[in-house]
Amino acid sequence: MTISMSTPDFLIERDRDRCIKCQVCVRQCANEAHFWDEEEQKVKANDALCVDCHRCVTYCPTHALTIRKYPLEFRENANWTASTIKAIYRQAETGGILLTGMGNDRPYPIFWDHLLLNASQVTNPSIDPLREPMELKTFLGRKPDQLKVEDGRLVEEIPPQLELEVPIMFSAMSYGSISLNAIKSLAAAAERVGIMYNTGEGGLHKDLYKYGKNTIVQVASGRFGVHPEYLQAGAAIEIKIGQGAKPGIGGHLPGEKVGLEVSQTRMIPEGTDAISPAPHHDIYSIEDLSQLIYSLKEATQYQKPVSVKIAAVHNIAAIASGIARAGADIIAIDGFRGGTGAAPLRTRDNVGIPIELALAAVDSRLREEGIRNQVSLVVGGSIRNSADVVKAIALGADAVYIATAALISLGCHLCQKCNTGKCNWGIATQNPQLVKRLNPEIGAERAANLIMAWEHEIKELLGGMGINAVESLRGNRLMLRGVGLSDRELNILGVLPAGE
Amino acid sequence: MKRVYAREEICGGCKLCEVHCAVAHSQYPNDIIKAFLKQKTKPIARILVEEGRPISFALQCRHCEDAPCTKACITGAMQKDPVTGIVANDETRCVGCWTCILVCPFGAIKRDESGHKVASKCDLCATVGGTPVCVQNCPNDALVFTDELWRR
Ligand code: SF4
Ligand code: SF4
Ligand code: SF4
Ligand code: SF4
Repeated sequence: MTISMSTPDFLIERDRDRCIKCQVCVRQCANEAHFWDEEEQKVKANDALCVDCHRCVTYCPTHALTIRKYPLEFRENANWTASTIKAIYRQAETGGILLTGMGNDRPYPIFWDHLLLNASQVTNPSIDPLREPMELKTFLGRKPDQLKVEDGRLVEEIPPQLELEVPIMFSAMSYGSISLNAIKSLAAAAERVGIMYNTGEGGLHKDLYKYGKNTIVQVASGRFGVHPEYLQAGAAIEIKIGQGAKPGIGGHLPGEKVGLEVSQTRMIPEGTDAISPAPHHDIYSIEDLSQLIYSLKEATQYQKPVSVKIAAVHNIAAIASGIARAGADIIAIDGFRGGTGAAPLRTRDNVGIPIELALAAVDSRLREEGIRNQVSLVVGGSIRNSADVVKAIALGADAVYIATAALISLGCHLCQKCNTGKCNWGIATQNPQLVKRLNPEIGAERAANLIMAWEHEIKELLGGMGINAVESLRGNRLMLRGVGLSDRELNILGVLPAGE
Repeated sequence: MKRVYAREEICGGCKLCEVHCAVAHSQYPNDIIKAFLKQKTKPIARILVEEGRPISFALQCRHCEDAPCTKACITGAMQKDPVTGIVANDETRCVGCWTCILVCPFGAIKRDESGHKVASKCDLCATVGGTPVCVQNCPNDALVFTDELWRR
């Protein structure tokens, strides 16, 4: 095959009146899309290599660069779109599975955008969060069925809880899938704003133990980097069953990314592929899951809440009920738009269900069964802004997980090439040349700023509704109204249509 | 005295410090495009990014306490200011003999042959005042301007 039928996705435009030939773009593009032509003394570009990550655009000191969609059109066809055709060319050339990074980018309905929030008018006063106290503190974990008080004191101990200043956490991203500098940024930001970050299945690097009280340590099917100190190191433990971007499949970290430090942290030989099996081979039922939950509790003297993370799939309500009964303290549900460092394209784009529907279904089911207090619900899978957070809490979530938004705060431009290991922003890469581009001090400040900004906005929205504690919004679906939704969808979401 | 310290562990080697240094010391200090496209000779940066991937760091004159270049200078053009501590080259007196280049232990002096042949080196942006432009423009905070000895 001497001719490739693949054509560029993007076009690099350089304004020659502005280009000063500094070659900053040449040095910044790890895809080597820009190059210096010594003979002509000009910077030139190879469009086919560009992935539209905007690194060169942001760094070009004269703003000489623009990246456009490549203008080449196929004959218009609503069925056979350019991306569909190009995918076939690629597979015809390689014979392989199509891989991608980040979350589902297909135009499925986004239910958050069909839900509207309430505000107070006349009959009840709204609250100004700048003048009056507003409580966002959140405790995650099993709540007792009833509180027994004698002589003004609690008689029974409250099960272990995770304490959050804001009902937002950074969700699982492993060392290996993202760089150590990216994790350091998130860990330090979590410490600063009083929330949690999550190790993912990559183990805990030695430099990160100091962030223990803001860490959720994950135990996934590969059991990478899991040992007693690791389990003790965090504030909570999370069993990862599934991930929204690729429900039903395990993880795969290619050997090239397993350098010395990743290998030490994961406890696997350098240069070997880190393959997490699709299922946990010791969990084939809810009873098996219960055994692992209690083994982990036993290993940590019942001092830490145990979370179970699952992908949102068809039978989610029944599965969640089983997990609650198996003894989990927190259930984390990841919707079908959740991000990933690498996933098969067809799985990412076609498997799972929207988090909004999954959350509503699970919250309703647990309430009906009278076991809602036994678990906290954390949802993730494309929470894009503070309004999504508020809507999720009104639908029944105790807190949300964010990962894509957190990475965007560090500089991610959603080019979806995390799987290539050439992340120009120093995030989804282990290449030392690229990793050092992300200064963890700057990263921590940016990620912390994001959470603080959302915190202010959440308070504004709550105040507008006349609510002064996030606790009063939790599961308060009367604060939501649906627009442009079918009766059935409204029914599942448990919200009234706007106007009713 | 305040000096510029490089943080090698987070320098990405973009060389934006070089670009902005060159502009600040050109005929068009406020117009980056004109500095490079209109000025007859290519503007010269007085900071130099040393690279051996993945290591890179920006280097400029250390403004040594006991600066060898000031001693070697045959015309007295290279002087250390007793008040500010800045080692500066008086280009009206410099004859371009490059003796200073030979003795600088850091290789921080460059030849400027664009006009009157002179030695070109970092002046800590003393003429601009405030924080040197390389520090101001480093996108990753990999340059620090401080009077404490910088330690990681
Ligand atoms: S970074 Fe901008 S000014 Fe510099 S060579 Fe590239 S396009 Fe030209
Ligand atoms: S891949 Fe990124 S850095 Fe490279 S040319 Fe495209 S936008 Fe610029
Ligand atoms: S993490 Fe990096 S590679 Fe992945 S989408 Fe963001 S910018 Fe692209
Ligand atoms: S601007 Fe900063 S990151 Fe870029 S080469 Fe200079 S010191 Fe290094």
